[in-house]
Amino acid sequence: MESTIIKSVGYNAYFGDNHVVKNVNMEIARNKAIAVMGPSGCGKTTFLRGINRMHELIPGATANGQILLDGEDVLEMHPIFVRLKIGMVFQRPNPFPNLSIYDNVIAGYLLNGIKLPKSEKDIIVEKSLTKVALWNEVKDSLVKKGSFLSGGQQQRLCIARAVAMEPEVLLFDEPTSALDPISTSTVEDLFHELKRNYTLIIVTHNMQQAARVSDLTAFFYMGELVEYDDTKVMFTNPKDTRTQNYITGRFS
Amino acid sequence: MNSSIDNPLITRSENLERVINYNAKSEVSVKTKNSIKRSHRQIKTEVVFRRTLSVIGWLMIALVIGILLTLIWQSMPSIKKYGFSYVWTQVWNPTASVVNPEVFGALPFLFGTLLTSFLALLISIPFSLAVAIFLGEYYPEGWFSNLLMNTVELIASIPSVIYGFWGLAVIIPILGKSIMTSSLILAVMIIPYAASLGRSMIRMVPANLKEAAYSLGSTRYEVIRSVIIPYVKSGLFAGVLLSLGRALGETMAVTMVIGNNNSFPKSIFSTGNTLASMIALELPEATDDTHISALVELGLILFVVTVVINLIGRKIISRYSNV
Repeated sequence: MESTIIKSVGYNAYFGDNHVVKNVNMEIARNKAIAVMGPSGCGKTTFLRGINRMHELIPGATANGQILLDGEDVLEMHPIFVRLKIGMVFQRPNPFPNLSIYDNVIAGYLLNGIKLPKSEKDIIVEKSLTKVALWNEVKDSLVKKGSFLSGGQQQRLCIARAVAMEPEVLLFDEPTSALDPISTSTVEDLFHELKRNYTLIIVTHNMQQAARVSDLTAFFYMGELVEYDDTKVMFTNPKDTRTQNYITGRFS
Repeated sequence: MNSSIDNPLITRSENLERVINYNAKSEVSVKTKNSIKRSHRQIKTEVVFRRTLSVIGWLMIALVIGILLTLIWQSMPSIKKYGFSYVWTQVWNPTASVVNPEVFGALPFLFGTLLTSFLALLISIPFSLAVAIFLGEYYPEGWFSNLLMNTVELIASIPSVIYGFWGLAVIIPILGKSIMTSSLILAVMIIPYAASLGRSMIRMVPANLKEAAYSLGSTRYEVIRSVIIPYVKSGLFAGVLLSLGRALGETMAVTMVIGNNNSFPKSIFSTGNTLASMIALELPEATDDTHISALVELGLILFVVTVVINLIGRKIISRYSNV
């Protein structure tokens, strides 16, 4: 029983006159992990940032078309509500350096001025850190600054921070490209757990990672969605020659 | 070989020497021999150039130390005569008479300087902070942003006598000559210092921190309040200190509008004098040695106060930009 959570209909994104995402039509089912791959400059990150309206934070960036979240067009919604429902994890771990680990997890609540009783905050912090397999490592140093953690721990803290807001979808923009191999595999393992509660969209330039973690894979090239299919099919029997060339390493 | 050429720790001339040694050891053609001659000349030029620069640099340092020494030397008579009580004495009377003996005390002017400057700071902070946030985060580009930025920077380049004239023509008819009047004018004059430093600090806030906050559903105001301001607060403070340093020393505009009263100011709406305005007013007409020396000591106090404020400001900036 699959239900669509995100549906992109004729989505276009621009930087000024530069057309970087071209007429993307794509349906994403709930509780799946979707890998989005393609060569540098193919528009995959821009598309990802379009889903939670982060794209338009850049001066001169515009978008049109539709991205439906549970049937509601996010381009018509206020970006703040979109971002509460669609969380994001960035390429470089970016915990708030002035906040403790504890406060970093509930940063979304703090920033948005939502007052919670201490008991409720404790629950959110423990639950979120447990979901990212960080609780046991940091439970005795919650008052320390987030920047004390290692890169991989920082990235898991950032995932916890996004998870704490209880979004429906989590966007990952090359989440392991700044991490060492061990931290990378820890984060990859998380994807399997997180999928139970959230829909994951993971931009990656690492094909092995796409093959390891995703249920479906989308291949972007020159701003177009070239092919989108089951990950197994994509890597064993791609239909488009451009996908074949990319997977076999003929261009990157 | 290449790695040492690329090493930024090795100076250019050292580099050239290494290149030459390398070339000398290897088989050299006529063409490279010519280039070796040229390189030797380059090293000479480089050495002469570097020495000239360091001489000029030391000259600057000697100049500032010289100014400080002159101030101390010239104020020695006053320092010897009044000692530390000079700083606390409230009376300034250069003309001795039977009832009022000649006496010099810096307190009214030290207080006048600090009061006008801090008042000016208080008035200017909301404006400079607003301009810094507006130009740093809200509208970093576009015609209005350019217009505002150029206008604010122009404020710093208007000669202070023009501010004095503006104060005479516009503010004095309303407030009269007073400490408040000079603070208002000073406030305008110092806006650009805190504003432009604040703007560049705000622009240096890493985009990924701002994006983290946006991705959690923050509004722009919340990002500014909870991410940007905490990140740049020491930088903003340093900007405020630099503009304070500017306000402390401002002479012309203040002298024109403060009312030039040598007694201790009773309120911010009474007339007064600052260290700088006193020197500007009385030094050209002073003939008595103790009087001149007392005025120079005012200058020494002003020098020390401004230098200390500036050093603290710079210290904060450098610590901040190293992070």
